[in-house]
Amino acid sequence: MSAESGSKKPRVGVYVCHCGTNISHTVDVEQVREWAEKTLGAEGVVIARDYKFMCSSLGQELIEKDIKELGLERVVVAACSPHLHELTFRGASKRAGLNPYLTELASIREQVSWVHTDKAVATEKAKAVVAGAVERVIKNEPLEEIRVPIHPDTLVVGGGIAGIQAALEIANAGFKVYLVEREPSIGGHMAQFDKTFPTLDCAACILTPRMFEAGTHPNIELLTWSEVTHVAGYVGNFTVTVKKKPRYVNTDLCTGCGICVEKCPKKVVDDVYEAGLGYRKVVYTPFAQAVPKYPVIDAPNCTYFQKGTCKACEKFCPTNAIDFTQKEEYVTIQVGNIILATGYDLFDARRVSNYGYGRLANVFTSIEFERMSNAAGPTGGNIVLRDGKTQPKTVGIIHCVGSRDKNYNNYCSSICCMQSLKFAHLVKERTGATVYEFYIDMRTPMKAYDEFYQRVLEEGTLFVRGKVAQVTNAARNEREEGKLIIQVEDTLAGKQRRIPVDMVILSIGMEPRHDAKETSHLFGVGCSSDGWFIEKHPKLDPVSTMTEGVMIAGCATGPKDIPASVAQGAAAAARVLNKIMQKEVVLEPIKASIDQEKCSGCRICNGLCPFNAILFHEDRMVSEINPALCQGCGTCVAACPAGAISGTGFSNEQILAQIDGLLMDVNLAV
Amino acid sequence: MSETFEPVIIGFTCNWCSYRAADLAGTARMKYAPNVRLIRLMCSGRLDPTFVMKALASGADGVLITGCHPGECHYIEQNYKALRRYLLLRRVLKGMGIAPERVKLVWASAAEGLKLAQEINTFVEEIRALGPLGWNRKLAGNGHALEQPAMEVTA
Repeated sequence: MSAESGSKKPRVGVYVCHCGTNISHTVDVEQVREWAEKTLGAEGVVIARDYKFMCSSLGQELIEKDIKELGLERVVVAACSPHLHELTFRGASKRAGLNPYLTELASIREQVSWVHTDKAVATEKAKAVVAGAVERVIKNEPLEEIRVPIHPDTLVVGGGIAGIQAALEIANAGFKVYLVEREPSIGGHMAQFDKTFPTLDCAACILTPRMFEAGTHPNIELLTWSEVTHVAGYVGNFTVTVKKKPRYVNTDLCTGCGICVEKCPKKVVDDVYEAGLGYRKVVYTPFAQAVPKYPVIDAPNCTYFQKGTCKACEKFCPTNAIDFTQKEEYVTIQVGNIILATGYDLFDARRVSNYGYGRLANVFTSIEFERMSNAAGPTGGNIVLRDGKTQPKTVGIIHCVGSRDKNYNNYCSSICCMQSLKFAHLVKERTGATVYEFYIDMRTPMKAYDEFYQRVLEEGTLFVRGKVAQVTNAARNEREEGKLIIQVEDTLAGKQRRIPVDMVILSIGMEPRHDAKETSHLFGVGCSSDGWFIEKHPKLDPVSTMTEGVMIAGCATGPKDIPASVAQGAAAAARVLNKIMQKEVVLEPIKASIDQEKCSGCRICNGLCPFNAILFHEDRMVSEINPALCQGCGTCVAACPAGAISGTGFSNEQILAQIDGLLMDVNLAV
Repeated sequence: MSETFEPVIIGFTCNWCSYRAADLAGTARMKYAPNVRLIRLMCSGRLDPTFVMKALASGADGVLITGCHPGECHYIEQNYKALRRYLLLRRVLKGMGIAPERVKLVWASAAEGLKLAQEINTFVEEIRALGPLGWNRKLAGNGHALEQPAMEVTA
């Protein structure tokens, strides 16, 4: 035991709990108490007591009394896991006027009495654990909870249904929201859909009122055609930089009359909103009900930007709103909380080459079918083959394209079964065609979903259970001539089948956004190996992240249907409102800090922090830790070659002392 | 070494996974060897290799390091840093003439109480087979008595 000589040892009290008989049946509690008083007396233990239930009010009063009467400066409670009663005993110390962080719990129940059987051995181990805690607590420092004020404004990233819902909840509660959307209009994927399962109400009918409300709400500031480029700060105090891409339309003057769109002479394929199935003008709003109503000029395709002539839009604009000189603009906003509702990308069906998408004309993706069946879509709601006029007589819908497949994504995209059933219904309703569904398992678990499945069954859709091997146009007989043939093993009938159809719809799955990793780094949230954002707890805290003040909602965390996305948007908003109403947030004082005198500026720690909490001062060549961003993992503390970083609550001194204590008996035996 | 050798092992646990696994092993009354004494860290990334050296120098025969499974770190990716340090540390130990097998890294989630208990039992047997390290008895790896401890460890 190499204790620093000279300095006075703090007065320690040790309290050993029987926990009824939970501890005392395997650990000789009385012996541990006696030993602690005798042997650890040299380490500063002035009192050791045992009690039936230390956590009871009488047990706690015992500790409080000793702190006051014996002037205890440290407390060790040998009882259960700190995860159970650390707060209880810290509270007792606090009530008696002792800093709560000068109290340690030694787990002799979960780690000793419950897992060992030999009483003598267990008692010895309990002594070691107590000695470890005593040595550690001597090195504990008094700590104060950190209180940070919360800025009442909120940033919502992503203007899909989850983001819109979150923004509206917060705005309706009376707080300001910035809603940032990458595309020219809010609405997200839902704006592309025709009908929504299982109720078959039209997506636009239920979505556009929400979009309108978000667009006109006095507490919501829309930043569309914009992207977040930088995030600094911490819970309650984020400084966010948003890049506003140039619209080339002055939104102060534009009335959204649409004359520019009408007059623009150039059309291009719309890969985003129309999923490549239709065209849009070069100056465009993605769809009629777009919010905001202001169009955007697609500069890379614009004749003026390419050749320097045209300017038809400018000529005809009645309010002179067209402005070709616009540049991208960076705005900085202050917010207290952030909600990430950045959504998903669709699986690229070309990757499953045996299904022929992109090679066989009449193989469509689910999103193409959504646009096709939409009355406002490129075919005016007519379900037709790629030639634009022929109605299909037989349609095959293939489930799980890119999902539940080791070659692509292992997970279930959760919405494709219901989406495919909806397609079957719509095809039958509009064309009367024969519809085949090729599924692996039918998954219809939510409210009224299975009833919808029953309905589609009754409508006469034919279900084939089996994973489709390939879609081909190589006919083997007359019946297959000119058709697409779906080769499948029918696992219920137990045989191979070739089913000729006119049209194939691939129910493609969801994937994380292609830039999800960058987004996760930007906001300091976790990202699974798949690319979905990681929740603080998958069940009990599904909208929080490990970064305080950053929430997640909707499909950014994994495939979800509309009701689940809306629920998550509202839940994330509730979390934010809860923070705003508290006006300040209390943070655990377990943080790292850098001794500016000792720091050599080597920057080894800089790259280790996933929360961007370490800031390097170029001028002074030293690093500094932002305590509100630091989550207290201690990785930088362990890495600092100069020993300049210390971590409160888990300092080197504390851990090394605990090792000494834990091995005290080994050393005494030498 | 008169009677049978009972190894003493220091185990470092992560507050979010393996420490909770130890709690779970307790709550479920799973029995395991009493040779391991646990220290709670907030993250396996906090593990300074100095701690391992200190434990070995102070009389531990082995050190068990436990953390969240790759991809499941509570602090996003700090367990990977623990892994890097662990691999490096083993090379250092080897260079010092200490069997690198005396230090072991195990992933255990908060749900894997049974796995943790089994890993502890396995590791105790592995260390038992290696025999005592006895670094604290001022013996170098080759068995020669030294005047000074093999090394001084300071943080």
